[in-house]
Amino acid sequence: MTLTQAEKAAVITIWTKVATQADAIGAESLERLFSSYPQTKTYFPHFDLSQGSAQLRGHGSKVMNAVGEAVKNIDDIRGALAKLSELHAYILRVDPVNFKLLSHCILCSVAAHYPSDFTPEVHAAWDKFLSSVSSVLTEKYR
Amino acid sequence: MLIVYPWTQRFFDSFGNLSSPTAIIGNPKVRAHGKKVLSSFGEAVKNLENLKATYSKLSELHCEKLHVDPENFRLLGDILVIVLAAHFTKDFTPACQATWQKLVGVVAHALAYKYH
Repeated sequence: MTLTQAEKAAVITIWTKVATQADAIGAESLERLFSSYPQTKTYFPHFDLSQGSAQLRGHGSKVMNAVGEAVKNIDDIRGALAKLSELHAYILRVDPVNFKLLSHCILCSVAAHYPSDFTPEVHAAWDKFLSSVSSVLTEKYR
Repeated sequence: MLIVYPWTQRFFDSFGNLSSPTAIIGNPKVRAHGKKVLSSFGEAVKNLENLKATYSKLSELHCEKLHVDPENFRLLGDILVIVLAAHFTKDFTPACQATWQKLVGVVAHALAYKYH
């Protein structure tokens, strides 16, 4: 699955807006994830997951920074996220199904914050992009 | 769904022009079908205590006549959630989404229930 030039452009355009409130959108995406899919909380027994918690905000930030790196290096996501890919494969070992769940929640947050920008084409581009990111993060699992 | 997951177009050969996002968005058959599907969701909301019975005939139809892989119900459910997020923005809180994820999940389950 490769992104077309138009899709890359759509991802980058929306990202410039999302980046202005990346931390909030990151935290909200995680909140959506833990509310809709409580089983995902099992990866965070060491966290305070209450709404607005510092850890939630911190982690949301981390996730969105990584997404930002992928956007900045959209022609070489594999290179940009190589370290994260190893981290997920050898240390975190988050089950692959969860990447789809988090991607879905990020899409919900972006749609809720930027409704007029979130056209079907933009939705498709972002779905593909997050899919690529997820692929890279799970590709060293076995 | 037809734009984001183009392979789902396989079920809609009779819809005519689905060749581009613009074509899909402007296609009257797509619009009419969207209305049908959402009305069906309305029935679900009205019959939350008895979804399997409510969807019994539709489930048989999707299996025996339409031959739709139930995975598509999950895909459409998730798309619906995202569309709701875009329409209701701030009101579509994480708690609201969680409830709707449950609803689309049980509807998908009811639709797949009569498969054999």
